[in-house]
Amino acid sequence: MYGFLIAVGTLLLLSIIWMVYRIQTLVSVVKGSDKKIASGSNKINALMFVFFLIGATILMFWYSIKEFDNYQLPIASEHGVITDQLFWVTMAVTGVVFIITHILLFWFPYKYQWKEDRVATFYPDNNKLEVLWTIVPAIVLTFLVIGGWRAWSDITAPAPENSHVVEILGYQFAWEVRYPGMDNTLGEHDYRLTSATNVSGVDFTDKNSLDDFMSPVVVIPKGEPVLFKIRARDVLHSVFAPHMRLKMDAVPGMPTRFWFTPTKTTEEMRRETGNDEFVYEIACTEICGRGHNAMRKEIRVVEPDEFRKWMSEQKPYIVNNPSLVEGLPADLKELAEITISEHK
Amino acid sequence: MATASVASHSDAAHDHHDHEHHDNFITKYIFSTDHKMIGKQFLVTGIFWAIIGGLLSLIFRLQLGFPDMSLEWLRPILGGWITPDGALDPEFYLALVTMHGTIMVFFVLTAGLSGTFSNFLIPLQIGARDMASGFMNMLSYWFFFVSGVIMFISLFIETGPAGGGWVVYPPLSALEQAIPGSGLGMTLWLIAMTFFIASSLLGGINYITTVINLRTKGMSFSRLPLTIWAFFLTAVIGLLSFPVLFSAALLLVFDRSFGTSFYLSDIYIGGEALPNTGGSPVLYQHLFWFLGHPEVYIVLLPALGITSEVIATNARKPIFGYKAMIISMLGITILSFVVWAHHMFVSGMNPFLGSIFMFLTLIIAIPSAVKVFNYLTTLWRGNLIFTPGMLFSIGLVSFFISGGLTGIFLGNSAIDIQLHDTYFVVAHFHLVMGSASFFGLMAGVYHWFPKMFGRMMDARLGYIHFWATFIGVYLVFFPMHYIGIAGFPRRYYSWTGFEFTNMYTDLNLFVSVAAILTFAAQLIFLFNFFYSMYKGRVATLNPWRSNTLEWTTPLHPQHGNWPGEIPSVYRWPYDYSKPGAAEDYIPQTVPLSATPESNLPHEQELVKLEKEIIADEEAVLVANESTNS
Repeated sequence: MYGFLIAVGTLLLLSIIWMVYRIQTLVSVVKGSDKKIASGSNKINALMFVFFLIGATILMFWYSIKEFDNYQLPIASEHGVITDQLFWVTMAVTGVVFIITHILLFWFPYKYQWKEDRVATFYPDNNKLEVLWTIVPAIVLTFLVIGGWRAWSDITAPAPENSHVVEILGYQFAWEVRYPGMDNTLGEHDYRLTSATNVSGVDFTDKNSLDDFMSPVVVIPKGEPVLFKIRARDVLHSVFAPHMRLKMDAVPGMPTRFWFTPTKTTEEMRRETGNDEFVYEIACTEICGRGHNAMRKEIRVVEPDEFRKWMSEQKPYIVNNPSLVEGLPADLKELAEITISEHK
Repeated sequence: MATASVASHSDAAHDHHDHEHHDNFITKYIFSTDHKMIGKQFLVTGIFWAIIGGLLSLIFRLQLGFPDMSLEWLRPILGGWITPDGALDPEFYLALVTMHGTIMVFFVLTAGLSGTFSNFLIPLQIGARDMASGFMNMLSYWFFFVSGVIMFISLFIETGPAGGGWVVYPPLSALEQAIPGSGLGMTLWLIAMTFFIASSLLGGINYITTVINLRTKGMSFSRLPLTIWAFFLTAVIGLLSFPVLFSAALLLVFDRSFGTSFYLSDIYIGGEALPNTGGSPVLYQHLFWFLGHPEVYIVLLPALGITSEVIATNARKPIFGYKAMIISMLGITILSFVVWAHHMFVSGMNPFLGSIFMFLTLIIAIPSAVKVFNYLTTLWRGNLIFTPGMLFSIGLVSFFISGGLTGIFLGNSAIDIQLHDTYFVVAHFHLVMGSASFFGLMAGVYHWFPKMFGRMMDARLGYIHFWATFIGVYLVFFPMHYIGIAGFPRRYYSWTGFEFTNMYTDLNLFVSVAAILTFAAQLIFLFNFFYSMYKGRVATLNPWRSNTLEWTTPLHPQHGNWPGEIPSVYRWPYDYSKPGAAEDYIPQTVPLSATPESNLPHEQELVKLEKEIIADEEAVLVANESTNS
């Protein structure tokens, strides 16, 4: 029944629109306005540009100001402060250009709308103007680029020696987090060693891997450099930690990295945002299949002391799963057994 | 030389006259070699694909705006892609995103825009009877058609169409185990794109050859309308970059089917370790974006060319800085080849490369800025007539500014770390490339409809269409900036899984509603287009009082365009509102010697030269006549 009513209603509406359309066409033929160069609609269109300009400007400023705290994510890393500053400087520069050019673009149509008795100004070129508006943008852009380049060079520079290494491995559809243990050196890996019990494909014949451990949460200390070593084992993924202003693709066959220094612990951020449930998160930003939108990992930023305590409490892979070291050569096996007994 | 060219022109006219009588339905409407018909074929096919691409986007907008809505009513079309509880399948969501991108970028904005207007306008505006090779031109359309058929079929196969994003990065696109769309769907995608590339190359070679070789007498490069400059440079870009996409696709085919490892390395998937080692997924990204970035300009330059022509005509003013416009376009053409890696700042490539590409990328902003300032100055002190074409051109300039400025954020590698692959990028390219090019396409259709079909489109419906679309596009894409700054990643089926994206459901709902309404507004255009084709008011010969050559043809130009001699050209195409002239426009075919009252000092010099040429030609004509009879 409803379907029938909607169909009738739509039909009625369409026929009314159709009649209005035909009538206005006939009226314009009778009035002869279709012969004119510019009909009365010209004035309306000119006015519409001005209305659009005013309306859109009000909407834009109102929403941008009202929502600022929502879209501006709090920053929790040292370089994030710099990139955000660059972002807002660029926003200011482009914002001014955006507004000025749009005022001109929408005001000119109103000001210079067609008038029978006026002739447009024949103004084909002016090389001085062209040079001016080539050079000015060039200078402005140079400043923006240099700012960006310096920040980029710092961010991508080799990580400090004392960085805490964390390996993040992306796979469909989760992240595996591996810590190097007390030696701060990750053991070798080989994708062919991957199995249900060895998600990261750790090579336990490398003695550096004996104290490696995994963690369900990325725990890192505040105020100390952290180096993410990023890998993928099936398709591309991308590590995105929005509050850290951090993003780096995870590429199968090509390890990547990103280092940064967190500046606020999770607790501090909870107090600052007034949200007791606040957590830092990692998301995937490279399309990777069905579960692309569900590759969540939590980052917990803690005070350095707490971090060291946490580190010392973690149990290496081989402690949780001694079968991993079965079949190792005798000398390594001995080492492994020592490690296991230490953690018992 | 003069003798030869005049003689061949008249011969050609004679041939065509004989030929007309043998046109049947198939040679006229299907396997036509007439550039005008081929242009129309591209246009109608492009419109078809725009509807498909638009509808696909509406389906995923429903998912994003109304995540809890039951999509059961789509089951008759989508079948198994609607899960038993009435939601959209997440893998099909990814396929929708992929197909929307592929269709819009390649089928609508490359073939639909370049294919339509390069074909339709190049011979008409440079004064040629047809393209250099009508047959290749026909092939170009039919390769495109075959490509479209294959892509269309891929929408309906059981495992679904390709689903790895329109960039189809391997390994996702190479491994069937990773996503079902990488099976048969991806194979069909690759075959379709191969045909599409062949089509583009056949078209491009033709455009370039035609512009270089078939210009009428007097039509020097410095007198070409900016549309032709734009189409010409677009074809050059396409010719140089599409083969690289082909090579990228070919290597992907090898990796998928023949066990090579160009892009694959160290992969453990589906419980087994694959034997591939030594490949690099980043290699594919380099190859892809070597086309992918110039592609942006392939869709944008024709739109800018059309806009230049439409704005100058309807502002009744010469385009400001004709030479600067050409130099900017040349600059964009060259620079478009050396900025591709700005799509890859965080792909894991060497950060030093990132620095280089950041510098190069921001250089390309300069010619773009020059173009905007020149458009603004063209409007300044004009006498503006707001035809629908003019409205869409002004709309294009607005999108070009809005989307271009956000490019300055994204081209800056330090800022891009946060914004890469978020909705900020989606907002950016939908404005600067999607909407701007779409508006160029619309401007072109409204402006040249009278030449295509001999009838006018209804202007009032055009105004309504423009305002609904212009406001609609901003309502759809402007809010995406906020969502993007907040860090919402692209290609997400749902955002409820994360704390930081668990908001803005209201804004996403708003965007979806705006998208549906904007799409609905296109129905006004469709009605206007098809209705006016048969019932529109019959057009006058030069309805916009324009200077360019296409308006000197008959209302319904036959194959061969001009019934008699091809007109010669004596001036540039932008003599609007010239001081001293009686009318506010002087067509390119009016000799300088006929307008002493409005000639500029340096033009007065040319008059003498012109007179000699005319005398020469007359002598040749007389000689021809006597030998023929």
